[in-house]
Amino acid sequence: MSEPVLSVRDLTVAVDTETGPKPLVSDLSFKLARGETLCIAGESGSGKSITSLAVMGLLPPGVKVDSGRIELAGEDLTRLPERRMRAIRGDRIAMIFQEPMTSLNPVLTIGNQLAEAIRAHDPDADAKALALEALRAVRLSQPERRMGQYPHELSGGMRQRVMIAMALALKPDVLIADEPTTALDVTVQREVLDLLRDLQRETGTAIVLITHDMGVVAEMADRVIVMQSGRMVEAAPVERIFSAPEQPYTRALLAAVPRMGDGSGAAPVAAAPIAVLRDLRVRYDIHGGLLGRTTHRVHAVEHVSFDIRAGETFSLVGESGCGKSTIARAITGLVPHRGLIEVAGHKVPEDGLSASPALRRDVQMVFQDPAAALNPRKRVGDLVAEPLVIHRIGTPAERRARVRDLFNRVGLSGEQIDRYPHEFSGGQRQRICIARALALQPKLIVADESVSALDVSVQAKVLDLLAELKSEFGISYLFISHDMAVVENISDRIAVMYLGQIVEMGSRAQIFGNPRHPYTRRLIEAVPVPDPAHLRPPAPRMATEVPSPVWPVGEGPARVSLQDAGGGHLVAAE
Amino acid sequence: MAAYLIRRLIQSALILLGVSVITFLLLYILPADPVRQIAGRSATPEVVENIRRQLGLDQPVWVQYGHYLWGLLHGDMGRSYLQRSEVATLIAARLPATLQLMLGAILAELLIGLTLGVIAALNRGKPLDTGLMIASFAAVSAPQFVVALLLLYVFAVKLGWFPIGGYGTLSHLILPSITMGIMGAGWYSRMMRSSMLDVLRADYIRTARAKGLGRMRVVLRHALPNAILPIIAMIGMDIGIFMGGVVVVESVFGWPGIGQLAWQAIQRVDIPIIMGVTITSACAIVLGNLLADLITPFIDPRIKLR
Repeated sequence: MSEPVLSVRDLTVAVDTETGPKPLVSDLSFKLARGETLCIAGESGSGKSITSLAVMGLLPPGVKVDSGRIELAGEDLTRLPERRMRAIRGDRIAMIFQEPMTSLNPVLTIGNQLAEAIRAHDPDADAKALALEALRAVRLSQPERRMGQYPHELSGGMRQRVMIAMALALKPDVLIADEPTTALDVTVQREVLDLLRDLQRETGTAIVLITHDMGVVAEMADRVIVMQSGRMVEAAPVERIFSAPEQPYTRALLAAVPRMGDGSGAAPVAAAPIAVLRDLRVRYDIHGGLLGRTTHRVHAVEHVSFDIRAGETFSLVGESGCGKSTIARAITGLVPHRGLIEVAGHKVPEDGLSASPALRRDVQMVFQDPAAALNPRKRVGDLVAEPLVIHRIGTPAERRARVRDLFNRVGLSGEQIDRYPHEFSGGQRQRICIARALALQPKLIVADESVSALDVSVQAKVLDLLAELKSEFGISYLFISHDMAVVENISDRIAVMYLGQIVEMGSRAQIFGNPRHPYTRRLIEAVPVPDPAHLRPPAPRMATEVPSPVWPVGEGPARVSLQDAGGGHLVAAE
Repeated sequence: MAAYLIRRLIQSALILLGVSVITFLLLYILPADPVRQIAGRSATPEVVENIRRQLGLDQPVWVQYGHYLWGLLHGDMGRSYLQRSEVATLIAARLPATLQLMLGAILAELLIGLTLGVIAALNRGKPLDTGLMIASFAAVSAPQFVVALLLLYVFAVKLGWFPIGGYGTLSHLILPSITMGIMGAGWYSRMMRSSMLDVLRADYIRTARAKGLGRMRVVLRHALPNAILPIIAMIGMDIGIFMGGVVVVESVFGWPGIGQLAWQAIQRVDIPIIMGVTITSACAIVLGNLLADLITPFIDPRIKLR
């Protein structure tokens, strides 16, 4: 190996607490060579982000490097005064972050923010020209126009490209990318990963890629460090991590990763439908003009029809803005809609307000972010009992007993019901949300990205729990996800959505074994495969943007008509 | 944008109409009789009735209001009962002084409040922060006449830096402006501190630091414009609060503005002047709010007026 650009030796980072310093990262060592990609993989709390912030010298207040060295070309960064560290930041080590939506300043133009990064290190440079060049390098469409635009005018993928342009404008020695694609749709993730790899080939920048996604690791890494609770568990070249993992934790982590197959497995059940949707449309008005009349409409959901059968898991997949969450809200009677929705024999009223108590009992929801879905000021037992109270079921003692049962059923202890939500981990909180959804013995549970915010190992367990509950109580699920691998593992039948309409629908075997629509194929191909030996067909390298669902009044998107490709496999006619 | 402006102006006109109706009715049901004030104690009933008829005060209230509104729409605010002069002329003569004072007060409260708020946020948890927050509390709770007298005693009497009262030069303006602005400065320093603390935690501040920008640049260019956004809407409302303070501050400092005019008119039940001052202040408040809303899109590109 050539001389390392960055070498970290025995790094310990600790946070000050009332009981003294508590280590977040302990005795971490690694070396990074020019042009190399090192992936730091691990679940939340493993210390991977803290490591990257320590290298940047951007540790949050109260968190300090306790011991060890971080050497950039022989110079120990932990000992540099802030003024000299500032000269290195952005120039020799640059960083991109997870959340492109919030990582750019909303009140400054893209051009300004880029030029500023350049000028901070090279006051005499023609910053405007260099900024434009950087935007071209990340293959952003219409780079001249982007310079004058504000962040909110760009999509998430475009913003992440701007972040990459900003980081690479000065050709740093090291680029630290902290979960750079986690907040992005799969097809956009694909484009951003391709871009990072291409740019690395051109500039020779060494990349530290921090991710929880073993698929991304397999695609990007030369070498991998697996971290758990602040310690390095295993370090090895990428092939070895996947083919011969040495440590049990690495093996467990890899085993938990949902893998996409060809959709084989049990055929979907043939049962009476529990939910029927016919020609569902959801549109939002946009007002404008002198009298505030409706001038445009957002066509969020257009002419969607499907059935959910009793005891099956029906999944909606698609990228952000495709209308899948809107369907969830319409089924639960939370948004006004047109067309027919019937759940367990109850018609869902079109106004989005007056759903009957009986309907509300039969449909329950589990949301994406369990921390936000639980009122932090109430005891978890009371939260789970609340649906019973609202529907006036049982005496207080009976409710308490039922809540204990539910807690036991979802894998928590009945002793925990008097605690508050913050005392639980993310996975436990999602179990509490599931217990709350189960309290009324619903016929249909709408799970909107319910496992997306969880670590893979936790995700796998929650998915198992959902499957068990299905066979035990005969519940049906409407499962909404952007994660194709998860969907393949849990679903009986699947509908693929694009711009508010279904473009393909069928059983798991039909969708994953024989995808017919080009969009479905693109979605499946874009998923990073957790296998370094996997070769991916080349994809176009230009940013693609989803067209807008906003139309002037009286106009609308062309209606997609579905044709049976055999065995109930419906595909949009070209 | 044009549609937005037209809609807002129509709304504003309706608000002013409402203000004029309510004030007119309140003054009508007031137990004090303006005619008695004009005629004096010794006037005979005939003289009183005569004056009443001349002023049109014998007519039903809606007729009186109709007359008043008709005049108002033609730019006529009526004549003062006691000062033998057009109300519009009286107000026009005094308005510039009050506007100056308000502008001065807004500048004072923003300058003091925002600066101290930023300093407190950057020194969060340190003694300086605690000290500033205690001071802001004092500023919010101190009555205006106390502040005015304190400022006069220290800066005019003892130090002699500023004149004791009067109107005309910039140095006359300073103490009254600070008196009026100090309460707002207290509020703004607290708001600015918490807003700034929120913004300093934002991802884009981390991005700015990751670029290698200096601390001053991060604070002034990246944090400040974002932290100020929630505060701009408040400035429009201040004008309303100031209107209440204008009466006190103008009398303490001998400032010839409409506060003094209003004060005299209230004492003597000079209804046309009270009406005129109320409508003028309402105009200022409505326009101030409109202005604040119009400024926002220039600072926050995400906001579109429509």
